[in-house]
Amino acid sequence: MTETLLGQAIVYLGAALFCVPIAKRLGMGSVLGYLMAGILIGPYGLGFVGHEGEDIMHFAEFGVVMMLFLIGLELEPAHFWRMRSRILGLGSLQLTLTSLILTGGFLLLGLDWRGALAAGLALSMSSTAIVLQSLKEKGLGNSQAGSSSFAVLLFQDIAVIPMLALLPFLALQAGAVAGNGHGAGLLDGLPVWLKAGSVLFAVVAVIVLGRYVVVPFLRIITKASVRELSVAAALLIIVGIAFLMQLVGLSPALGAFLAGVLLANSEFRHELESDIEPFKGLLLGLFFIAVGASINFQLLAEAPGKIVSLVLVVILIKAAVLILAGRLFRLTFDQNSIFALGLSQVGEFAFVLLAFIDRLAILGRDWTETLMAVTAISMTLTPVLLLLNERLVLPRFGTPEQEEQEADQIDIEHPVIIAGFGSFGSTLGRFLRANGVEATILDSDSDQVDLLRRMGFQVFYGDASRVDILHSAGAETARLLFIAIDDPATVHTLVSSVKKHFPNLKIMARVGHNIDAYELLDSGVDHIYRDFLDTSVRAGVDVLASLGHRRFSATRAGLAFMKHDEAAMRHLAPHRHDESSYISNAKEQIRLQEQLLASDRSSCHAQHDHAWDSPTPVTAATEGRGTPESAAAPAGDG
Amino acid sequence: MKKVLILFAHPRFEKSRTNMALLRGLEDQDFITIHDLYEQYPDFNIDVAREQALLLEHQILVWHSPFFLYGAPAMLKQWTDLVLEHGWAHGEGGQQLEGKLIFNAVTTGGTRASYAHDGFNRYTIAELLRPWEQVAALCGMIWLPPFVVQGTYRLTDAMLADYAEQYRQVLLSLAKSTPLEAVLEYAFLNDWIADPTPQEQA
Repeated sequence: MTETLLGQAIVYLGAALFCVPIAKRLGMGSVLGYLMAGILIGPYGLGFVGHEGEDIMHFAEFGVVMMLFLIGLELEPAHFWRMRSRILGLGSLQLTLTSLILTGGFLLLGLDWRGALAAGLALSMSSTAIVLQSLKEKGLGNSQAGSSSFAVLLFQDIAVIPMLALLPFLALQAGAVAGNGHGAGLLDGLPVWLKAGSVLFAVVAVIVLGRYVVVPFLRIITKASVRELSVAAALLIIVGIAFLMQLVGLSPALGAFLAGVLLANSEFRHELESDIEPFKGLLLGLFFIAVGASINFQLLAEAPGKIVSLVLVVILIKAAVLILAGRLFRLTFDQNSIFALGLSQVGEFAFVLLAFIDRLAILGRDWTETLMAVTAISMTLTPVLLLLNERLVLPRFGTPEQEEQEADQIDIEHPVIIAGFGSFGSTLGRFLRANGVEATILDSDSDQVDLLRRMGFQVFYGDASRVDILHSAGAETARLLFIAIDDPATVHTLVSSVKKHFPNLKIMARVGHNIDAYELLDSGVDHIYRDFLDTSVRAGVDVLASLGHRRFSATRAGLAFMKHDEAAMRHLAPHRHDESSYISNAKEQIRLQEQLLASDRSSCHAQHDHAWDSPTPVTAATEGRGTPESAAAPAGDG
Repeated sequence: MKKVLILFAHPRFEKSRTNMALLRGLEDQDFITIHDLYEQYPDFNIDVAREQALLLEHQILVWHSPFFLYGAPAMLKQWTDLVLEHGWAHGEGGQQLEGKLIFNAVTTGGTRASYAHDGFNRYTIAELLRPWEQVAALCGMIWLPPFVVQGTYRLTDAMLADYAEQYRQVLLSLAKSTPLEAVLEYAFLNDWIADPTPQEQA
């Protein structure tokens, strides 16, 4: 049954659906679940997929390609510029130091310098797919560890381009003949300098295409406003680039990354993101399964000592370099341990590089096979290491998860719990404290937690949606919980967990987008604060005032507008699903915005102020007679 | 030359022809400070210390506002309640405003004739201003007759210009230390400034 495509699909999907929920339930994260699924159905497990593993790998690499396209999309030049010192400093430090030490190690193992250098470079890569997915699941994406990891990964992703360009030179030096009938690239058989030049040419081609062909093409497509078309266009862009890159023997993932960067500033960014997202998730899962399935247990069985010690030494060296780099960039213990262990595996680009190295015959087949196994095993170990760090190391040596309960502190029950202490939560907390109301704070950023404890706040460190943490934060006795967490998914879990376990706790929440506000209204939260609303209206009042409007009138108009907007939000929320069963987030945003704009015109009607404007002049006649309708007339002054 | 502080309160100044005309002519006068309360405190969050400091810098104060249902707009009442503090403006140790001149500048839609015992509004302007008069007395200030512009709906631009010039003349004369006995005899400051006979001409 596993011979057919459909049979294969059943095996993969079934394994994922079986393993991932179990892994999640055990607190291990989805990546580990996928990897286990791969091992389970692989040739050394149930044997459902065997020799096809390699083909699957090719297909599954598409998940990585899409992920890099999305990373590129996220990477506006301004964002890159803000992170430049991290990307260039931390990234180059990690890459050079790790590959130097690893190269040295391989020299000691008896490889010649070319092979050692190639292997060292390949193994210095970390896995963007695993690290970003794991950090995101743990809600650490925006922590110090998260952004440092992102910076290092980004530098590695970019560094692959020159590496791929330079590897042929190592082959030339090795005297090997490239293209042993394995690759189907256009360039096989061309002189080396032409190959290196073609890499440059392909990169330039992607840039030119992205700028002058893709964007106008997308404009035409979106005019047709058929949703499947824009999805098809997005897929075509990625597949096309992957094809072009493969033609010249470059990694498709890099091409996609470049294309993403080029489109990051175009108006289609969000559209592309929401189009690709579901494919990316699924194909990444497939990729992890393939990694699991491709672990060569036979090799492991033949020389377990060699492989296991290689894995451990590589992880140790990488982690040590990362710890050193993290120290230099002033990461605290908690963040540094997450950062170093998180990036200590060998990444998916090592597969790409090793395959290339194999094709160029810089290393022998036995070595590349061994290193591929090392890569796969180290990737499998990462979620385990992070889990061990979270469960065993951090509770003992890191920032303690719960306040140590001092004797006199047991009776203190704060009426308010604030979950999420970023700029919104901390401003709220400061305001409450200034007015004599103490709040208990929940936050998952250990740096922040340390600082707050030193300032005397009662802080609980950890994932706010965990019931035990809510318990120890006093959710049973507190009167209200204010949710100021950025990630909508976490907010959602927190709300349902509180509704279930602490039904008497009043929930108030801040949200960043209208859509999130609607979701919260759906789940029964009434007190919703959209942080953009007050600020932008206040800014609007100032704009009106600087255009010469009376400040008091502008202020009242602003208050009326906010009232109108609140009402519109509550009115639109239940009706937003009427029109279509499935609309992408981005499109729904736009549609809601249109509805809001249409209703805004009605917000100004409240501004008549008849009493102050006094539109009806008093005539001598009405004054004389003293009719009732003239009674209010003297109020006005004209 | 004394300095004049106009405490102006109108929630819809942009719609008030009369008050625009009255204030327009005063903007370039060095001895006059126009303090636009609704513009300064659109959220009604009055900065008391700043207001008190401003009061100390001036010798002549004007409560300038429209007459809405026989009273001043909410802002002016709030200003009075917060700024004229016990212990600062009145009560024990509260003599900061003693000896300053103060009066109301009022605009009404109704005519002068309607503000009379036998008129539509049944009370005179002076009677309706009694609480302000008593506040002034409480703070030891010298209470002057009001400057009043009435029947504002029917005022032509030329008439408004005349009123504005009268207002300017009133402020100028008071700032130049006119003997007050003469002023206090009149019902309105308008009458005093318009009366050609007893004025000593500089």
